[in-house]
Amino acid sequence: MSWETVIGLEIHVQLSTDSKLFSGGSTSFGAEPNTHVDLIDLGLPGVLPVANRGAFHKAIRFGLATNAKINQTSTFDRKNYFYPDLPKGYQITQMALPIVGKGSIKIEVDGEEKIINITRAHLEEDAGKSIHDLFDGETGVDLNRAGTPLLEIVSEPEIANAREAVAYFKAIRQIVTFLDICDGNMAQGSMRCDVNVSVKKSDDIELGTRAEIKNINSFKFIEKAINFEIDRQIRILESGDSVVQETRLYDSVKNETRSMRSKEEANDYRYFPCPDLLPVVISDKELKEIKDNLPELPDEKEKRYVEELNLDLSEAKIIASSKTMASMFEGACAKTNDSKLVANWLVGDISALLNKENIDIDESNLTSDNFAKLIERISDKTISGKIAKSVLEEIWETGNDVDQIIESKGLVQIQDESLLETVAQTVIDNNPSQVDAFKGGKDKLFGFFVGQVMKETQGKANPQSVNKILKRLLS
Amino acid sequence: MSIQYKSIAELKKMLNNNEISNAELIKETFSLVKSNAEINAFITLNDEESINKANKLDDCPSSGSLAGIPIAQKDLFCTKDLKTTCGSNMLSNFIPPYSATVVKNLENAGCISIGKTNMDEFAMGSSNETSFYGKVQNPWGKNLVPGGSSGGAAAAVAAGIVPAASGTDTGGSIRQPASLCGVTGIKPTYGRISRWGMIAFASSLDQAGPIARTAEDCATLLNEMCSHDEKDTTSLNEDIPDFTENLNSPINGLKIGIVKEFDLSKLDNEVVKVFEESKKHYESLGAEFIEISLPNISLSVPTYYVVAPAECSSNLSRFDGVKFGKRCESPKNLEELYIKTRSEGFGDEVKRRILIGSYVLSAGFYDAYYKKAQQVRRLIKNDFDSAFKSVDIIMSPTTRGPAFEVGSKGDDPIQMYLEDLFTIPANLAGLPAMSIPNGIIDNKPIGLQLIGNFLDESRLLQAAHNFQISTDWHLKTPRGIKS
Repeated sequence: MSWETVIGLEIHVQLSTDSKLFSGGSTSFGAEPNTHVDLIDLGLPGVLPVANRGAFHKAIRFGLATNAKINQTSTFDRKNYFYPDLPKGYQITQMALPIVGKGSIKIEVDGEEKIINITRAHLEEDAGKSIHDLFDGETGVDLNRAGTPLLEIVSEPEIANAREAVAYFKAIRQIVTFLDICDGNMAQGSMRCDVNVSVKKSDDIELGTRAEIKNINSFKFIEKAINFEIDRQIRILESGDSVVQETRLYDSVKNETRSMRSKEEANDYRYFPCPDLLPVVISDKELKEIKDNLPELPDEKEKRYVEELNLDLSEAKIIASSKTMASMFEGACAKTNDSKLVANWLVGDISALLNKENIDIDESNLTSDNFAKLIERISDKTISGKIAKSVLEEIWETGNDVDQIIESKGLVQIQDESLLETVAQTVIDNNPSQVDAFKGGKDKLFGFFVGQVMKETQGKANPQSVNKILKRLLS
Repeated sequence: MSIQYKSIAELKKMLNNNEISNAELIKETFSLVKSNAEINAFITLNDEESINKANKLDDCPSSGSLAGIPIAQKDLFCTKDLKTTCGSNMLSNFIPPYSATVVKNLENAGCISIGKTNMDEFAMGSSNETSFYGKVQNPWGKNLVPGGSSGGAAAAVAAGIVPAASGTDTGGSIRQPASLCGVTGIKPTYGRISRWGMIAFASSLDQAGPIARTAEDCATLLNEMCSHDEKDTTSLNEDIPDFTENLNSPINGLKIGIVKEFDLSKLDNEVVKVFEESKKHYESLGAEFIEISLPNISLSVPTYYVVAPAECSSNLSRFDGVKFGKRCESPKNLEELYIKTRSEGFGDEVKRRILIGSYVLSAGFYDAYYKKAQQVRRLIKNDFDSAFKSVDIIMSPTTRGPAFEVGSKGDDPIQMYLEDLFTIPANLAGLPAMSIPNGIIDNKPIGLQLIGNFLDESRLLQAAHNFQISTDWHLKTPRGIKS
């Protein structure tokens, strides 16, 4: 009998609003500790929260993009527990009536598509940060993050393995970045997840006892933590013991999960409706406005690229999967007609450069204007594809204008066929033995002659013309 | 001319006629505070700033409707740069960096906040005996409680020290002390006055209001205290009428409801007699009495003692020794920081309510207590809604009797909780309600409660004012108060 894994994810997405969920405090990252904290974030006696409507609009965008039910009336509850970085002693969250109800999202693993259902997505405020290692024997508290809006997206327990979990996380990240509701920056904690893992015998109907691994913030660690946890639980079950329901932490240094607290030690959060906040009601008009302004999502882009721009499916997929890639593609296509060529360059040379430096395209020196110009210069035969590569490298280094690079380096393609014919004749005259060998049947030597002509012209010769001329002269 | 026992209307006249300067008014106020220090009505005085403000007003008169009028602020309203303790050791060192909206509203109208009044700790109590800063004496008798939780506020007005005080009313904390001290107080409709800067006890019930010598003064104060505040989402976005406008309109034809379920036969004969006399007086003014039924009213006290502690247990979690307020000495670890800080910082009554609240919200008990209480609350609200289809206002005694002796109910929280039997329903339903003096029993004042329909404060004030211009109960003053 084989073991079957059941995984559910709770992903916390930090919404990119300017101000916090219940206060005017700034949400920007990296400020001096406790400088982005107002009276409300501090939980001073007498202060009251006011819900940030912008956060609701962002949550609704997510709901619409995942075909979810939008609860036009949603409410807030208090989750009560003590912790120094939780200023009020409770977190305001949406327990009973979340803004986003049931939805779903498509994932792909090894070319296989699968739908993962989403139970709900609710708004809540983030806590601050406890800093344990800066003060001898004491803990520091930084409340800059306290009150930052989070969208907690809860999946159904329908994920079968670590790779699916990663694919699901990536799909969520893709959607939230396309919707412009989160910057997707995992290193800064803009997306984190809790993973619920259980294993059961394949023919068992009931789910096994689960463990929850808290607060993982990288694709790699999600995969490793899940795989560790699956092995651990199977080992326990095979030895005849039972898994304890508990909260665990993943230690990325030791690559293991460790018990944090058991169910018995778990807090009783004493949820109840937050009496300081009235239900938030979203009007039909408001909802329609959000719907009408929803951006095109990856699936739709992919389809349009193939059907309208004649891209190959594989290219379309790669370009549509990243928001910055897609916007570079669309930006360039708006200024040049050869969308296929734009796609080739993006998926080919540009992707290679990005991978080499491990950066995102919007972090590079390439702008869509300059990129379009590069494509234009290839199309109008000002430069050859080969020269274009060196121009691209130059842009990569300096960000200089394509025409300026071509002119200053004298890279304009030689189109003059009589000039090229003179060069080709010289090459033939200077290499009699190769000519003999070629004529004797060594066809591969044709490339040698092309190379020599290119060398003589510093690569500026139009390759099609060179081919044509050499074929004629060598026949 | 003495300012003691003067109403706002009278003081305004004195100021306008230059019978007294602003500075003299404030100085005399502080001299009354000092000569009556044993009443212990104040926790913190704002003398220096008050005198400065009064001097400024003398130099440069203001057009504010309450310019120069001294007011005592209950010590649960945050006052910028002025210590705000909420009657608790926990906040014995708390100086807020901001002021409550209602404080700002009053000060913008020209009021001078002369100090912070004593109160039951975190507004939990009906006798002012739970204050960390000592009991407040009822001006009508050294051994009598002033009621609570706005005990200091009611006592300061009753002793004629200030013409007005701000209070808050979660289950009767304005009306009950007003009744026991022989002064007038109103709790408006929930949401009329912003809760921003009011230290929360039970958020869904807490409502600020004025305590003063007359209904007319209460109306004047309400005009300034009420506002729609974007900082408080439960603040009502409704037109605020001029509450003084209809005060003098006669009330003939006013339909007054008498609650069948309030069994007055269990009350002291004298209390019933006072109530019956007030009814007769209202009849003589042209009002008509109609018996109404509020079938679920008997569930008010138990409902309240689930909802209020539940909210308080959560609201008071922020007092953990981490960010503000008191912190215990050298805790060994985080858990000890919490336990010692909260054990030392809170008094017994606050602890009792936090425990009750935590219990009724805990897993497995939530449905049986909190959820059920919310359902009953809705039923009580519905009872009032249907009653107000046939009456304009509802009338009852404010309290079961006049002021009781200090310590007489200390051992029995249930007896103390029943003090608010008549006042709690209006909080649960969010309705405006007030108390006006309507009799004296054994030299102790007692009050009459008027409950109004949603947003119908004007009619309550009109009924109260009509009573006061034809009776003199509100003009009675205690004996033995120092001038």
